Amino acid sequence: MKTSTRILLVAAACAAIPGAALAHGFAGKRFFPATLATDDPFVADELSLPTVARRNLAASDDGPAVQQSSASVDIAKRITPHFGVEVGASYLRLKSDERTVRGFDNLSAGAKYQFHMDEAHESIASVGVDWDIGNTGARRIGAETFSTVTPALFMGKGFGDLPDSVRFLKPLAVTGSVGVAMPTRRSTTPVDEDGNASVERHPDALKVGLAIEYSLPYLQSFVKDVGLSEPFSHMIPVVEFDLEKPFDRGGGSWTGTVNPGILWAGRYMQVGLEAVIPVNSATGGGKGVLLQLHFFLDDLFPRTLGRPLLP
Amino acid sequence: MRRAIAGVAVALLAPAAFAHAFLERAEPRVGSTVAKAPDQVTLRFSEALEPAFSTVEVLDAAGKRVDRDDRKVDPANASVMRVSVPALAPGKYRVKWRALSADTHVTQGDFTFEVGR
Repeated sequence: MKTSTRILLVAAACAAIPGAALAHGFAGKRFFPATLATDDPFVADELSLPTVARRNLAASDDGPAVQQSSASVDIAKRITPHFGVEVGASYLRLKSDERTVRGFDNLSAGAKYQFHMDEAHESIASVGVDWDIGNTGARRIGAETFSTVTPALFMGKGFGDLPDSVRFLKPLAVTGSVGVAMPTRRSTTPVDEDGNASVERHPDALKVGLAIEYSLPYLQSFVKDVGLSEPFSHMIPVVEFDLEKPFDRGGGSWTGTVNPGILWAGRYMQVGLEAVIPVNSATGGGKGVLLQLHFFLDDLFPRTLGRPLLP
Repeated sequence: MRRAIAGVAVALLAPAAFAHAFLERAEPRVGSTVAKAPDQVTLRFSEALEPAFSTVEVLDAAGKRVDRDDRKVDPANASVMRVSVPALAPGKYRVKWRALSADTHVTQGDFTFEVGR
């Protein structure tokens, strides 16, 4: 191919698919990695396969202490450069002293619109809604018979615009989300094995996610080459907070987990490993672990699956 | 089966032709202070660049462009881009770059280096 023809093709491609220029998690020179426990503030063509989690859950009024293991898949697809949809599924195993049950949890679906991006200030923001689709999972593992709809605001901010006097803080970034989870039923009346009925109330809940990241690639490429080599030069230490506060129909206290971990971002994929630690006694249960393989479809399939369906 | 999984893993983790171009190394090094003024700035990226749409410029502390405006992607190694600079006086300089990788992904960035007195 002639050089001039190649240049024209590249220029045409850039003009035709402006979204491809940004793709996953970029705001200016800031690359926001995909976080494991909390939602991202950007739309993308990405596949999480699998996300594997294991944690011991405390005994409650609903049942005995169990070890919960799950394997999940989530795929996100851009429809336009700034609007995307997501679907997800999880397979759960609940193991107690008495028995082990397995099955799929309810399917989830979502949509997100990225309405803000400031390259100079490395900020990004989106609004979206998540739909946990009732009656699509197995009752035996506790999948709800009703749906829960969660509209949310998502934000991300890198600190590369800090003054040079604090340049080693520039690799810091935060992402976060605030949403309200609204069950489609205020209460249900399950019947136990003995035929006794009881009323379960399902409160609306405030959901808050926060991730604090320190990007070693950012440090190396934009602040100070401190001589890191692989795999450290592509690592991003992170601490995530995944919190929830029921606020009506009996309410409840804050519960959630804090997840310290490491992300490693390569050319086509990201690997994440986090500990899962309950934030308080109300959360209950023990420590757990979260592992994720995450693929950048826009890099793997830049001309097909990894580009927006519409310009 | 194990071989197939290993093959997929190697293919995904190994360097390849298409992805975002990240700055892997620069000379002078990012954030460094050099005793001797360089005669060029060299940027080494993780991916091959499209020469016509990849740029680099060097600015002095006042924001004035000081490079010779002769940026060039290395014909022998398309992941390397260079621009030459005249004899730089002692002081701080900012390198601003924009890289278009072969699959049309754009990345950008900047960093400083200092020429010592």
